[in-house]
Order: sequence, then structure tokens, then C-alpha cells
Amino acid sequence: MMLMKRREFLKVSAASGAMASLYGCAGGNKAGGHVVVVGGGYGGATIAKYLRMWSEGSIQVTLIERNPTFISCPISNLVIGGTKTMEDITVSYDNLKSKWGVRIIQDDVIALDAAKRSVKLAKGGDLSYDRIVLSPGVDFMFDQIPGLNNAAAQEKILHAWKAGAQTVALRKQLEAMPDGGTFAVAIPKAPYRCPPGPYERACLVADYFKKNKPKSKVVILDANEDVQSKKGLFMKAWADLYKNNLEYRPNSEVKDVEVATNTAILEFDKFKADVLNIIPPHRAGNIASQSGIKLINNRWVDVNWLSMESTNTPGVHVLGDAVFPAPTMPKSGHMANQHGKLAAAAIINLLAGQEPNPTPVVMNTCYSFVDAKNVIHVSSIHQYDAATKLVQPVKGAGGVSAARNELEGKAAIGWAKNIWADMLA
Amino acid sequence: MKFLPSIITACLLAAASAAHAADPNLGRNLAATCANCHGTNGKAVPGAGMDSLAGESKAKLLQKLADFKSGDKPASIMHQISKGYSEEQLALIAEYFAAQK
Repeated sequence: MMLMKRREFLKVSAASGAMASLYGCAGGNKAGGHVVVVGGGYGGATIAKYLRMWSEGSIQVTLIERNPTFISCPISNLVIGGTKTMEDITVSYDNLKSKWGVRIIQDDVIALDAAKRSVKLAKGGDLSYDRIVLSPGVDFMFDQIPGLNNAAAQEKILHAWKAGAQTVALRKQLEAMPDGGTFAVAIPKAPYRCPPGPYERACLVADYFKKNKPKSKVVILDANEDVQSKKGLFMKAWADLYKNNLEYRPNSEVKDVEVATNTAILEFDKFKADVLNIIPPHRAGNIASQSGIKLINNRWVDVNWLSMESTNTPGVHVLGDAVFPAPTMPKSGHMANQHGKLAAAAIINLLAGQEPNPTPVVMNTCYSFVDAKNVIHVSSIHQYDAATKLVQPVKGAGGVSAARNELEGKAAIGWAKNIWADMLA
Repeated sequence: MKFLPSIITACLLAAASAAHAADPNLGRNLAATCANCHGTNGKAVPGAGMDSLAGESKAKLLQKLADFKSGDKPASIMHQISKGYSEEQLALIAEYFAAQK
């Protein structure tokens, strides 16, 4: 019996790449093994690079990403506002390949078999792994807004909440809108991707209207009872800069939509806009929410905060917006990058047969433009707490800008250039 | 074949005791939380307006962080972020960046 157990242990160790530890457990971090990363956004691109860098090339990494280039959601509201272009927010995956030796497959993952440790690709073929990282972002729950639950409706009433073709299309709708028209952006109930993002978008469209379409108006239809991020700073910007062309309506959840007339149907009211931008409720990307991985509220993945590993599916790590957040943790690109580094360190330890770092830290910084130049930030630091098994916000640390300012407008662009390089250069 | 299990046992024991000790790569991991703005391993993108931290002396980095914490050095954001880390963590971070070439 004992012998059998030993044999089993050897088999399992080898399969999970722990064989490396047999040849020197103290040295560590020279683990072998193959890690598949699904999704090359802020989380996935970061972990692909950091696994290669920190393992000094000893871990093989395959990144599966459906898009040919990385397009950033942060800064994309400036494209919608008209002061940046798509080129400004697009970054190549070439360095991940040539400099870091990440194997990149442009494809979609359609199924995950966690027991067999393999994934099925849309274009055909299976890929096996020792550990897998899912960084799939979010998918929209269009069924919550019945009129929007078909392809034709989704082409007309945009979310533009994933940067790419919809970013360009929403900009075109705003340019085509005659002066005197109304742009409405509808925000789902929290939690949703990028808490300050919709308010930033409203500001930047209002700024564009002020300068180019002075008779036009912005309306925010917020399903929440109040502004979800940087409240005082946004409200001051609205009062100071957009008193005459921006209106905020809390408790205004979109229940349905009349596509032909661009009308949002609220609980007790209707709202017709010339450009209607609905951000539907969303949940963990399909591959994470439909593979039997434990979810919370049927929407977000429950993870172990020491490793970002699923609490019920061994070998599957999940990053970024797809995760059920720890207390006060936003769904942001910056945070997804931090998740990627936490998980990279943990996976390297685990593949070498070692425990993950028992004291991980993640932090967030988020800049929002309130006009083309002025920016406000929110920051937070989250330290692992063994008692609650969560990363908890550090009291007395973090916070928001004292006031909107142009210096942070420069910092926001500096942030973008550095985080894109941290992921992809 | 016979010696393998004993090595495994030794490794398991090491791992068990390590669970309560600091991760040997703690400094690296903590410094990586700064890289989003200050560049991978503290090498900021040139011309993007963020301070490079790689190769700065440990003493200078720690003094800067202490001044941010106390409010002696005015900042837009670092006065808030520096307060999120313990003195021991800041020392590890400064040591890591100082060692980068």
C-alpha cells in the first residue's frame, strides 16, 4: 500500500512538473513544465512574459489569443472622444514571441478538460498542459436585455466595452450624430469591468460635444444608486465642466431595448437617444464560466488568493476581470496585470514542488480623463490576510486625487506606455 | 531507485517548513507590483515620464519612499501607495531595484 502511494506520488509529481525538485529542492525556480495561457489581455500577456522571464526559460508557455494584436481598453475612451487613434492603443505580440519565447496561437479555446489537462481549439486540435491560466476577460449577458439578444441589434446598439471594432464604430456613430442629439451610456449593476470607465466615457463625449456639437447632450443611465468610483471628483467635473450638457440619472437600469427607435426601456420609464451605448451586465468569459469551474453568483470565478487557482478545479488558474474580486478590488487592467504576476510566481513554485508565496501583495492604480487633458486617479494596495484567506485593502493607504489636474494627464499616458511594455515588451 | 523517496521526503519537509518562512523570491515579487508604472525590473520606458528605479542605491530609494510616506516629498500618488507596504517590504523592494543593472 505504501509502495503504491509512493509510485502514485512519483507519477503525479512528474506530471505536474515537480520532477525538477528531485534534482535540487532548495534551488527551486528552475521548474520545467508547460503552461497554456488563454487570452492575451492585461492578465494573460503579463503572465506569459513573467513565467518565461522568472523561470529563465525553463517553463514552456503557449498563449492562445483570438486577436492578431493587443488593443487596450484603458485609453480607448480617448479614441471614442476623438483625441487618440486606434493605432495609439494597439501593441504587437511580436516581442512575446521573439524576445521571450512564448509560443502564440491565434485561435479560440472552445472546451477545457481539466481532468485530462487539455484544451480544444476552435480551428481543431487539442493542447495538453501541466497548468493552465484562463484570462478570458468578460462575456456579456445579452439575455438580460431581450431586445439586444441578437446580432443585428448588437451591431446597432454598441457596448464598446471591449476595445476594438466597437470602439471605432461608436466613434463613427458620435461623428455622424447631428448636433442637437443625445448620447446615452447605460451602466450595469456592479460589479462590472472598469468601475470609473463609463463616467470617464461620459466626460470625454461631453467634452467632444462642447467643442464640436454644442447643442448636444450626454445622459448617464446608471443601474446603480450612485456613482461607483471617484464620485466626488466626477461630480465636481460634471458641475464645473459639463453643467449644461451632461445629466446623471441613478437607479436607471436598462431592462430592455427598442432597437428600431434607439429606446432604452427602464423599470418605470423609457429613454430615447440618438446614440445609445448600452454596457450589458457581464460575467467571467465563457471558457471560465462554462467549464465547471466554481463560480460565485453564477458569474465570477472563486479563486485561492495565494495562487489564483480555482478553488474546485486543480491546475486551473484564473486572472483579471473573470475573478470574483477580493474586498474593494476593482476589475481593472492594472489589477489583471498584478494577478498575472502573483500567479506566475505561484505557478513557478508549484511546478517546482514548492508552496506559493504565503504573503502576496497586489495593488491598483487607475487614471480617468475628465476632459482631453485633466485626469483623476484612484489607488489601492491589497495584502494577503491569512485569517480571511483574502487579499485585503490596506487601511490608510491608497486614495484619490486631491483635484483633477494636467500633471496626472501626463502620468496616465506614462502609465499606459509602461504597463504595455511590462506586458508585451 | 531506493534513494529517491528519501529525497522526496527531504523536499517535502523543506517545503513544509518553508510554508511559514518568507518566499525566497519575496523581494522580486514585491518589486513586480511597481513595474506597471516603473517598468519591468524598474526599467521605465524612456521618455514616458516615469522614474526608472533600476540600479538606484537602496539608501536613496528608501529615503524617497520614507519622504513620500511622511509627506515631506510632495506627490500626486506615491504618498498613497508607499503607505500600503510595510518597512520590511519597502526594504526588500529597494534592495531588489538596487541590484538591477
